[in-house]
Amino acid sequence: MNLILLLLIPLITAVAVLLMRNANQVRWTALAGASIQFVAAFALLYFFNKERAAGNTLQMLFEQQYIWFPSWHISFHIGVDGISVAMILLTAFVVIAGVLVSWNVTKLTKEFYFQLILLSFGAYGFFISLDLFILFFFLEIAVIPKYLLIGIWGSGKKEYSANKLALMLMGGSALVLVGLLGLYFNTPERTFDLIKLSEIQISYEAQMICFPLLFVGFGVFTALFPFHTWVPDGHSSAPTAGSMFLAGISMKLGGYGCLRVATYLMPHGAKEYADIIIVLSSIAILYGAFATMMQKDLKYINAYSSVSHCGFVLLGIAMLTKTSMTGAVMQMVSHGLMTALFFAVIGMMYERTHTRQVNEMGGLLKTMPFISTVFFIVGLCSLGLPGLSGFVAEMTIFMGSWEHTDIFHRLATIAACLSIVVTAVYILRAVGRVAMGPIKDSFKDLPDARWNEKLAAVILILGIVAIGTAPFWLNDLISPATELIKQKIMLAQ
Amino acid sequence: MPNATYILLIPLLPLAGFLLLGLFGRKYFKNTSGLIATCLLLISAALALYTAYGYFFEYGKVDGIYKQLIPLQIHWLEFSPGVSINMGIVLDPISVMMLVVVTFVSLMVHIYSLGYMKGDERFPTYYAFLGLFTFSMLGLVVSSNIFQIYIFWELVGVSSFLLIGYYYDKPSAVAACKKAFIVTRFADVGFLIGILILSFYTGTLDFNTLIQKLTNAGSPELQHAMAASFLGVSALTWGLVLVFIGGAGKSAMFPLHIWLPDAMEGPTPVSALIHAATMVVAGVFLVARLFPVFAISAPQALNLVGYVGAFSAFIAAIIACTQTDIKRVLAFSTMSQIGFMMFALGVSGTGGENGLGYTASMFHLFTHAMFKALLFLGAGAVIHFIHSNDMKDMGGLRKYLPITHISFLIACLAIAGVPPFAGFFSKEEILLAAYRHNMAIYYVALVTSGLTAFYMFRLYFSIFWNKEANIHEPHHGEGGFAMMLPLVLLAVGAAGAGFIPFGKFVSSDGAALESEFHLQFSIAPVVLGLIGIFTAMWLYKKQNDKPDRIAAALSGLYKAAYHKFYIDELYIFITKKIIFNLIGRPAAWFDKNVVDGMVNLTGNTTTAISERIKGLQSGKVQQYAMYFMAGVIGIAVLFIYIWK
Repeated sequence: MNLILLLLIPLITAVAVLLMRNANQVRWTALAGASIQFVAAFALLYFFNKERAAGNTLQMLFEQQYIWFPSWHISFHIGVDGISVAMILLTAFVVIAGVLVSWNVTKLTKEFYFQLILLSFGAYGFFISLDLFILFFFLEIAVIPKYLLIGIWGSGKKEYSANKLALMLMGGSALVLVGLLGLYFNTPERTFDLIKLSEIQISYEAQMICFPLLFVGFGVFTALFPFHTWVPDGHSSAPTAGSMFLAGISMKLGGYGCLRVATYLMPHGAKEYADIIIVLSSIAILYGAFATMMQKDLKYINAYSSVSHCGFVLLGIAMLTKTSMTGAVMQMVSHGLMTALFFAVIGMMYERTHTRQVNEMGGLLKTMPFISTVFFIVGLCSLGLPGLSGFVAEMTIFMGSWEHTDIFHRLATIAACLSIVVTAVYILRAVGRVAMGPIKDSFKDLPDARWNEKLAAVILILGIVAIGTAPFWLNDLISPATELIKQKIMLAQ
Repeated sequence: MPNATYILLIPLLPLAGFLLLGLFGRKYFKNTSGLIATCLLLISAALALYTAYGYFFEYGKVDGIYKQLIPLQIHWLEFSPGVSINMGIVLDPISVMMLVVVTFVSLMVHIYSLGYMKGDERFPTYYAFLGLFTFSMLGLVVSSNIFQIYIFWELVGVSSFLLIGYYYDKPSAVAACKKAFIVTRFADVGFLIGILILSFYTGTLDFNTLIQKLTNAGSPELQHAMAASFLGVSALTWGLVLVFIGGAGKSAMFPLHIWLPDAMEGPTPVSALIHAATMVVAGVFLVARLFPVFAISAPQALNLVGYVGAFSAFIAAIIACTQTDIKRVLAFSTMSQIGFMMFALGVSGTGGENGLGYTASMFHLFTHAMFKALLFLGAGAVIHFIHSNDMKDMGGLRKYLPITHISFLIACLAIAGVPPFAGFFSKEEILLAAYRHNMAIYYVALVTSGLTAFYMFRLYFSIFWNKEANIHEPHHGEGGFAMMLPLVLLAVGAAGAGFIPFGKFVSSDGAALESEFHLQFSIAPVVLGLIGIFTAMWLYKKQNDKPDRIAAALSGLYKAAYHKFYIDELYIFITKKIIFNLIGRPAAWFDKNVVDGMVNLTGNTTTAISERIKGLQSGKVQQYAMYFMAGVIGIAVLFIYIWK
């Protein structure tokens, strides 16, 4: 399969959206583009598995390389392994759902959809890049539309949030850039090529400097404590689809970068700094969960819970075992689907009740059975109910973390395990206040979900259930790739 | 070996019911959903009986010993080589017995609900949830893998949550379902960490391999797990104790029992199914499943099981004597009876006569399912009739509810341990096992069985005798055939289940256990039981002021017991005052003010600095020329005088 297709589809869609004359055409064009991309993502999964089944054990499949800046050894090099395929699938799910729930955006519809599609273009490019320079290029493409999405279509203190988010993410990107240049100049060949870099031994000293730069830089994207404060503000001001993309896709760019770039290329650095990251991510997991418990705004609840859940991603990576890293990737996919659905359903409720304060809601199950049921399902996924995706990912991380025998790793794992109780507390509190209880008079005639909202929810729920009930396909997809990373770490002494 | 397909259908049919009714029930099966679910469950129950017959009488027994069969195992998720979750079906005496119990009680509840829940707005949803619960419970009992049991463990937890919160617009129901879920979740963390410990030392999650490795004295895994210790206790014991904490949460053992009385907010048939007969015994089942490991390799952990069980049995019985809500009396009675099952395991050894406690525990689980489901369904009929849960509103109902009255009496006799009803036989065995192993537990159990007889007959007399209740509305009878049929069937079970030679089928080592009957031994408990019954009769058969006078005389103790010994208040203190105020609030404050404050400070400092230095970029060429000159001079000075 030609991977350039994955970039062409959103690009063509974006141009087509700009050429459309009215809002309705824009919506349908965007939906068509997202659907084609959705199919393409599944085609990619199919062909990838077919290649693997046929015995192709190359690290990256469907590789393509075109020289771009010969003098700097920069080339347009793309390819995918199991981790990338999983992330591309996630992106496709979130994009189609995001397009669907934005159906009634009336303000500057064309520009809104253009930003969304552009963001997805950046994300797809990021996940297939095998050259760190173009990887960085796509990372930036995926950041800038968010500033506009929040600044123009946002709500509340949107200017502050947009600035904060853009500046913090740009700060993260700056660290990434410095780290990448550090890698570039510390190799005899002067290369940005991921595969080549992975084959040469980067000096211990260079790793000790570049690893923290890259890990923290990417970590900002995935809410590494204490650089997570853009998450609550950014989410609460963003429009629904913006939050979905932000939490479902952008935060995953960071996790992917931490794993693929920082950890994979610099195993020495990963080993040296792992303990610090474990401490930070354990703090994020518990502290995020406790902070969530005290939030009153639904978007803040989900934003803080994302801090907690993304802590699992970083914990899984820093535990450096094959199982825990597989779990981290699963958690990225699971959290992406789940949190996108969570924001979608919050948006649906907000649109009808005009409030996001849990104390002002109540009994919505009566008038909005569909929306409330989705809220239940996503809540149960968040608190790790078996049969839904969160459980599988968290358990894989726990099992992988427990492979360490020393007391430090054990305590970190136990702290992470304890968070599942706190999660249950805040989820049930939210669900109990919003969906259950006596209904307010003013909510008695509110309509339930429309077709587009139903379709978006069903698509995301199918993803969540597909992982939760049959995790083996995702596990088999990811684990050969994490096995390679693990081997690289084992070799580093 | 049996054909796996039809055994697989036993759990899958209720699941199909859940999906069908959950997705399409509101639209297409508004009125027929009950019948659909009941029919599915009828097939399921028939298949379970067929499986039980086949297992116990045809293929299960090899050389006089019941073997464990695994007709099906599916590779589900592999963590690392050897450590994987395989979804399987295990057939052995306890799982087959549970298949029968769960499907039978669930079927009774399905039929009963046809009458009890008739006209309910969310009828399809109710049956969908029942289906989900039944599926999860069946999946739990046939688990072949410790992680599989954990998965279904969580699923029964969530079905219980959904059904307790079924009347979702009632704030008390919402609070109760949250409480049930969170308390059991807390216990489940223990279970999870226990699984991590056990799987780490054995390198497997498979029950069979795990038990084999941890009971074989020579195995390196066992020695490794025994040698590692934390706070003076071996890792193995820690693992098992943590697993037991999970079991104690689900089985409402002290001090994790606080959710069970509140769980009575759910519809009464649900209480009968989930919070009396099946889900709450999951903890007992879990300990029984890992019993060889407890008995052979970690006697300390098993002792703990025994003491926790005995204490819970006793304290619950005392609280039950003071409650006035009939469902809460039954809830505490359930906790007390599960305490019996738990300590029966605690006083058991393994193999032959030594394993009497194990057999007795499973036997009591079986008979308890019959008579406790019957009690709850009877209470449901009473509540259906009088529209109140409080025994103060009841009295003299024997005239209006004859069938309910007789079946309730049978159940009370059974739970009180009066021969020849079912509870008598199972309780005798438990007491005998305790007598042989641990006299302290034996005496506690003896007193508790006297108390049990007392509070059950207090309940019985208060409902069916005593004063005449005010029946305002025109009397609408006992509720139709659908509600009466289960009562009658369960009454037959409660009366006759004791005659099953249980030891022949279920024993700690699979070989038949011939339990002989000891007449002289059963005198003490029966006499104590009769004293309890007659005391209750003396106090509650006719309306009088004796109970109030006694309550006044025992004021402190009575009040403490009535308030459930203030354990709920203690929990509220811990959660509200400590967790919310001392951890949650500071965390949120810290994040908003310190962490985010740093971010804002950085931003504001940058802005402030640029505000100060922006004057430098004035756009005036003369000024720039001056800066330039100053720079040139400065660098020249540096080169000439300092760096040379």
